[in-house]
Amino acid sequence: MAEQTASGYIQHHLQNLTFGKLPTGDWGFAHTAEQAKEMGFWAFHVDTLGWSVVLGLVFVLVFRMAAKRATSGQPGGLQNFVEVLIEFVDGSVKDTFHGRNPLIAPLALTIFVWIFLMNLMDLIPVDFLPLLAATITGDPHLSFRVVPTTDPNATLGMALSVFALIIFYSIKVKGIGGFIGELTLHPFGSKNVLVQALLIPVNFLLEFVTLIAKPISLALRLFGNMYAGELIFILIAVMFGSGLLWLSGLGVVLNWAWAVFHILIITLQAFIFMMLTIVYLSMAHEDNH
Amino acid sequence: MNINATLIGQAVAFFIFVLFCMKFVWPPVITALQERQKKIADGLDAASRAARDLELAHEKVGQQLREAKTQAAEIIEQAKKRGNQIVDEAREQARLEADRVKAQAQAEIEQELNSVKDALRAQVGSLAVSGAEKILSASIDQNAHAELVSKLAAEI
Repeated sequence: MAEQTASGYIQHHLQNLTFGKLPTGDWGFAHTAEQAKEMGFWAFHVDTLGWSVVLGLVFVLVFRMAAKRATSGQPGGLQNFVEVLIEFVDGSVKDTFHGRNPLIAPLALTIFVWIFLMNLMDLIPVDFLPLLAATITGDPHLSFRVVPTTDPNATLGMALSVFALIIFYSIKVKGIGGFIGELTLHPFGSKNVLVQALLIPVNFLLEFVTLIAKPISLALRLFGNMYAGELIFILIAVMFGSGLLWLSGLGVVLNWAWAVFHILIITLQAFIFMMLTIVYLSMAHEDNH
Repeated sequence: MNINATLIGQAVAFFIFVLFCMKFVWPPVITALQERQKKIADGLDAASRAARDLELAHEKVGQQLREAKTQAAEIIEQAKKRGNQIVDEAREQARLEADRVKAQAQAEIEQELNSVKDALRAQVGSLAVSGAEKILSASIDQNAHAELVSKLAAEI
């Protein structure tokens, strides 16, 4: 990495390993950022998907192992750990969500643990896994990002899934008419039919923005926090590459300090994503307009 | 940084993980938790019930002890009374027996005395007559003085 410029190093670290249709017409990995951009929508970030699936599998397998051995007697270490998490999530759901829906609590648990694990990848020093991947594949310019939540696709994918659930449950609970009514007859209502008809576009504009803002804010909040956090780690890592001893020393201290602070951020962001999901779905279940 | 089909893949993975969690992870753990909650609640219930039972048993024991004590005291009292009664009875019987024996002895003594007196009287009479007879020898007519002698004998 010594021969690279700082900006090249940073850009390299912000480039995903993209699999898609190459200009030649074949499917393959993009070698440059431009190539990846040209692939358009039908391309996949293999690193993002790979790590998120691996971490998701870690989550389900560990929790499944604990669930299989779950006993109402004296719990073991793993079961204790899983129970603490499940009770925590269950408590959060029960505090906020008052309907009866067997999906909400497992959904919240999955979101919390999965996002936490994906965020946790941020604490692995920025060069470790990309260098490992480059060594294994033998390609020194291989782009490889290990933190799925710094990829807007990952956060948006989850946020849109939550959004789909919001729409689904809104329609399921209130009916299609109720859902449309919620979007158009609120917040401004009138007894006069003509005035009401005039108010519908205004209401729709306001409510639609509110609705759309939910997944966007959900996705961008997580993405923004994790992206900024990763960028700071990369900037600190640039200090190590400077070759100056005092700057590298400062980098070590800063890296440690930021990592400690980041532990708080990754947990908090996972919790916020979970909590907001519960709140949005709880709102979708409430029929009070 | 490009928005692409990754988000679809992510959404699919997300749904699969959520469904797996919902089907295979959440129910067993939450069931175990609820069962344990119930067990603990039952255990606490049983413990408080046992404590109450213990208290009742203590109370009962105390009551029985008190009863037993009263009973024992009663029995002792009765026994004492009975003992006194027996002693009294025995004493009374002994007294009666003694009286009886004494009376019998007295009667015997009386009888003996009377018979001795009679014998003595008869002997004294005959002794006196024979003595007087010897003293007076033949001068005195036995038949003439027999009346006098028997009068004398009757005076003894």
